[in-house]
Amino acid sequence: MGQAVAAALIAALILPLIAVAWRAEGWAALPARDWGALWFTLWQAAVSAALSVLFAVPVARALARRHFVGRGVVILLLGAPFILPTLVAVLGLIAVFGRSGWLGALDLPLYGPQGVILAHVFFNMPLAVRLILQGWLSLPGERLRLAASLGFTAKDTFRLLEWPMLRAIAPGVFLVIFLICTMSFAIALALGGGPRSTTVELAIYQAFRFDFDLGRASALAAIQLAIGALAALLTFRLALPSGFGAGLDRTVRRWDSGGWLRWQDWVAILAACGFLLMPMAAVLADGVLAVLSLPSSVWWAALRSLAIAMTAAFATAALALPMALAVARGRDWVEVAGALTLTASPLVLGVGLYLILLPVANPVALALPVTAGVNVMLALPFALRALIPAAQDVTGDHGRLAASLGLSGWTWLRLVGLPRMRRPLGYAMGLTAALSAGDLGVIALFARPGDATLPLAMYQLMGSYRLEEAKAAALILVVLALGLFWVFERGGRHADAR
Amino acid sequence: MLTLDDLRISLGDFTLRADATIASGGVTALIGASGSGKSTLLAAIAGFLAPVSGRILIDERDMAGIAPGERPLSILFQDQNLFPHLSIARNVGLGLRPDLRLNETQVERRDEVLRQVGLAGLGDRLPRDLSGGQQSRAALARALLRARPWLLLDEPFSALGPALRSEMLDLVERTARDEGLSVLMVTHDPEDAKRIADRTAFIAEGKLQEPRPTADLFSDPPNALREYLGE
Repeated sequence: MGQAVAAALIAALILPLIAVAWRAEGWAALPARDWGALWFTLWQAAVSAALSVLFAVPVARALARRHFVGRGVVILLLGAPFILPTLVAVLGLIAVFGRSGWLGALDLPLYGPQGVILAHVFFNMPLAVRLILQGWLSLPGERLRLAASLGFTAKDTFRLLEWPMLRAIAPGVFLVIFLICTMSFAIALALGGGPRSTTVELAIYQAFRFDFDLGRASALAAIQLAIGALAALLTFRLALPSGFGAGLDRTVRRWDSGGWLRWQDWVAILAACGFLLMPMAAVLADGVLAVLSLPSSVWWAALRSLAIAMTAAFATAALALPMALAVARGRDWVEVAGALTLTASPLVLGVGLYLILLPVANPVALALPVTAGVNVMLALPFALRALIPAAQDVTGDHGRLAASLGLSGWTWLRLVGLPRMRRPLGYAMGLTAALSAGDLGVIALFARPGDATLPLAMYQLMGSYRLEEAKAAALILVVLALGLFWVFERGGRHADAR
Repeated sequence: MLTLDDLRISLGDFTLRADATIASGGVTALIGASGSGKSTLLAAIAGFLAPVSGRILIDERDMAGIAPGERPLSILFQDQNLFPHLSIARNVGLGLRPDLRLNETQVERRDEVLRQVGLAGLGDRLPRDLSGGQQSRAALARALLRARPWLLLDEPFSALGPALRSEMLDLVERTARDEGLSVLMVTHDPEDAKRIADRTAFIAEGKLQEPRPTADLFSDPPNALREYLGE
């Protein structure tokens, strides 16, 4: 069954891509600004990824060698941007770094390339910290003990142990973030957009929405796809710490980092926390004041987002579970199929699905189901990542016992599979729900005025400079996304305890 | 002289008391069952574990607050004595300078020590390309280069076969005598102690006994040791 699901997933991925390739035309006539978009996409992603990794190294190093009360909270905070709706963070960055913001005196040109890169660093520096921290914690304690017995200074440890580790994993981290940043849509939509700061994703949206030039939109989608495939191909070849944040709750005992290094570490940790917390605090504090004056259309949008999130969460669970079990039974290609969707960007899939649906139905009327479907495809790789290890454990630990008792099919799932995999399943569903609730991608492409989801409604408020109401909408969005994550995750954990 | 002055160390629920003096020169063995606290005591002497109370003195200098690398000793662990990504020559060179900026004289000394332990010409290899015995020799070579007065052995040869282990113990004893090192080695095997130790101290029931000449100890073992030996 898992294999059938994987095959269907590949079809759902490939068909839109074929449709896009079929429809792509006018390569020669692609205007100069579209090539400019390609160039901007590549260099901003490279700069964003490089800065994220660069800033992440001192923070990861500090977290690796300092043990303090509240360290767990800091690690949790570093995970937050992953499920924080993009637009909320953008609004927060405007509230902090914008002209009339808390740090407006810095006079950072927020609208344009700098703003796009700043937002990308906001989202990806924490991811880089978590991945690099895993590398740091993978340094065996025995080796640090040996280093201490030989009288290594912090500098020697860095040169002989930490630098080789960084050289091995930093390129992989860089590429993952590069890949994420090349698919940037919502950030570029809100902070970029001019001739100097349009990403390919944004250009697809403009060609589709404003010019309704399907040939050009498809050509751009093909370019985007090529970037994604290339980056993914490179990523597969590089070592990357596996898993998201498993076992980050320990420090490795060190003997070489007293004195002023202590201060350096504290500065790194506090700066990172401030950078992450200030934008969130700015939005939420202001948002509270305007919640009650929100128009009812925003509340309806919230309801639509909730429906999309729930649909996506359950659909993802229904697809990911059989796929994870298939992988655990040795069908490795299923895992690759799941990871493939990482390379496809939401707008490419959106354009492709539009082209497929056009002959049979009115795609615009299907905006909400299509949005939910694309969200499922985008969330699947993360869900699989959470479920596969658990599926491998459950088939490995209890496979023989279950077989000897004749347990199989639904009975097995009910008595053994689900109870043993509830925790990662709850996590995967929470993640999917949060990502879907906060997503501003396909919906922007398709939606009619009455179909807005909460992120889209929020974007429209921002576009008409009703910033106070936008912040209130952001507050609801955060409560919705994080609340859904919390409920699902807690559900899985609670069941686990019984 | 290594003095354990009313020392108490603990690791989890386990507590070990030691109040003994270990003379300089020659080889002293610490013998006891696994879990008796031999390695814990060695970790405390090497500076990886702070004592709960009491003092550790080496040549009358209190070791409290002195980093592991600054103490007048080298230690060979049970395993992981070499960095797997550095060549043998670099691993050994760390004994001279942890930043590996060796001048010509130091390079010569390093190569000389490699010859001394029988690893001439193998400096460019990675640890994984060497046999277990050769890896032990490399770790010993590094300890020799560090030239600290004390050498602590935490059963570093326990993974080797019996013949190779005896060979390594003999090599340690010979080089220690030649270089004037004091050796403190942990072992669970009485044969190791009888083979090279001048003195042996027995650890049992959370307490270290005062070391005695090895021959005396084994010819007239206290009850606890008799039980351990199964006599």
